[in-house]
Amino acid sequence: MLVLDAVLSGLVLGGMYALVALGLVLQFGVARIMNLSYGEFLVAAAFGAFFTFSLGAISPILALAFAMPLAFAANWLVYRVLMTPLVARSRGNAAALEADSILATFGLLFVVQGVMLAFFGGQYFSYSYLSEPVRVLGSVQSLNKLVALGFAAVIGGGLYLLLTRTRQGTAVRAVAVSPGAARLVGIDVLATSAFAFALGGALVAAGGVLVSMFLTFSATAGVTFTMKALIVVIMGGTGNLLGCLVAGLMLGLAESLVATFVDPGLTIAANFALFLAILLWRPQGLFGRAAR
Amino acid sequence: MISRRSALAGLGAAGAVATLAPTRTVRAQPAPIRIGWAVSRTGPFAGGAATTVIPNYEMWAREVNEQGGIRVGNARRPIQVVEYDDRSNSEEAVRAVERLISQDRVDFILPPWGTGLNLAVGALLNRAGHLHLAVNSVTNRVDDLGRRWTNAFWFLGRSSSGAEALVAQLAAMRQAGQITPRVAMAAVSDQFGVELANAGRAAFRAAGFDLVMDRNYPLGTTDFAPIVNEAARANPDAFVAFSYPPDTIAITDQARVLGFNPKVFYTAVGTAFPLFRDRFGANAEGVMGIGGWHADSPALRDYMRRHMAFANREPDRWASSVTYSSLEVLAQAIERAGTIDRAAVIAEVAKGGFDTIAGRTEFAEDRVRRGTWWVGQWQGGEFHGIAPANLPGARAAAFPKPAWRG
Repeated sequence: MLVLDAVLSGLVLGGMYALVALGLVLQFGVARIMNLSYGEFLVAAAFGAFFTFSLGAISPILALAFAMPLAFAANWLVYRVLMTPLVARSRGNAAALEADSILATFGLLFVVQGVMLAFFGGQYFSYSYLSEPVRVLGSVQSLNKLVALGFAAVIGGGLYLLLTRTRQGTAVRAVAVSPGAARLVGIDVLATSAFAFALGGALVAAGGVLVSMFLTFSATAGVTFTMKALIVVIMGGTGNLLGCLVAGLMLGLAESLVATFVDPGLTIAANFALFLAILLWRPQGLFGRAAR
Repeated sequence: MISRRSALAGLGAAGAVATLAPTRTVRAQPAPIRIGWAVSRTGPFAGGAATTVIPNYEMWAREVNEQGGIRVGNARRPIQVVEYDDRSNSEEAVRAVERLISQDRVDFILPPWGTGLNLAVGALLNRAGHLHLAVNSVTNRVDDLGRRWTNAFWFLGRSSSGAEALVAQLAAMRQAGQITPRVAMAAVSDQFGVELANAGRAAFRAAGFDLVMDRNYPLGTTDFAPIVNEAARANPDAFVAFSYPPDTIAITDQARVLGFNPKVFYTAVGTAFPLFRDRFGANAEGVMGIGGWHADSPALRDYMRRHMAFANREPDRWASSVTYSSLEVLAQAIERAGTIDRAAVIAEVAKGGFDTIAGRTEFAEDRVRRGTWWVGQWQGGEFHGIAPANLPGARAAAFPKPAWRG
């Protein structure tokens, strides 16, 4: 009972971590944009869900249907307008692109955050949706977190199939592995990177909408999500989808087990110990770089 | 009024300073009183500052200017505001206050939100002989800083008083046979949470309570299932969480989902926010928290109406009205002193005897304001103060907390 509670809570929490990090796998792993404004886009989606729910009474699940295409378009534009000049300037030098994109998205972070502050102010926002108890194998969990876990699994699984079973997905993986060689086999690297970045953006929006169901957020909360996503992505192996899911679940489980059986005060220490141990044991992340 | 809304924090902060040159257009008017503040527009403290501090500063400045300003001697002098964003960062806060003192040469400086930032700028304000109206700063360090910083006035007081008032309330309930000595306690590992927990732990032991759970959790924790599960297993009559706003919401929600419904349910910072009632509706009923106010006071009802009209939302039920009252104290002290000489105004504040929306404001020997509400409870959609019970407007605690509804 005690173990079951802890494991289920850990899986649910880990699902949330994975969900929050999925978009960054594509943006960093494939498009090679170290997007520091990642969390801000997540919070923007959370605001969208808050207002469609509290003003329009539209369920956040339904809001996903609007938020994801919208975020796809917005992120595609960001890539085309802001990132393409950086990509052109880097001439295939991944390190240069990483440094430039860090600076550019650092600026973008303040722009997006500033716009949100101007519109919504700095105070906390929270609403209640599907916050109902559900019995799973005798352990009580809240429905909205289970829904988020379910979406993390569906989105992660769907993305995995998309990447491994389709032509476009194969192109995305080729770009993730080697942008230079991808060009040689006739892949439009720029278009594929833009697609991956935009798809990542759509996943961020999904993450934002889903976590807004149970997390209290504010216009300035973005950086905590960016940090969490970074840890998960680096732990799983940059650009590796499966690694991201496993890393997210591991962090969630570790946190929940430590909180239940050791001390809730040590959860962050446990998470970083795990992170450090994995970096020492496998510097390239759990599953190495992008899956081929 | 010059106000710098720092929408683009970090970008061009230096450039913005250049645009802050005062614009004196109307010559016939008396020189304005320059008032500066550096508060957290961005960063982790922005939520607290936006709830409790910023609407009050802005509303007060506008109201004073609509009345023609503060009376100094025979003339009314308007307020001119210089504002910075401290980005929730103590170095940035110190830099901004330094700039307000030496570059903008403001007459008075209003403090930031949060204990840490108030302590960070406190030494600087003290050295420069500036008045320090420390409202959103609750700390036991008043004991030693209070002696040294004679320019500082502590409007809410010590965190130990908060924990002790809560324990006294629970002890009275135990005396009345309402609860057993079983108490479960959780606290956030951050300055205010730790101070409350330390004082609470000692006071619970001294009062003969049985702490069946005593846990800390790190700042930023989002998952409270393990803590609430453990509390439920311990089967206490009272659950006490010395929590911060996002945790307060998450812990209460987790307790509701798990059906953990002790007779007394207390969460700390954030319980007094209107957000809490909006989020939980009827389930807020009976929840106790830090703070409270005299909800039936006509002055506070009028304040509530003005705050709604100005900021389009309700004030929180603890430090908001006290923050506003500290500004009334400043204006009245200037009027009584008949000068904006800082030493004279500080001496005037120390005399006390101000009529404010939060009642008559007096300070103890250590310049801690008397009459802080420490325990409040949601009753019928309003967060009434219940302890200390001798304050005007104190309600009796509703007991037991009603069961969570679905």
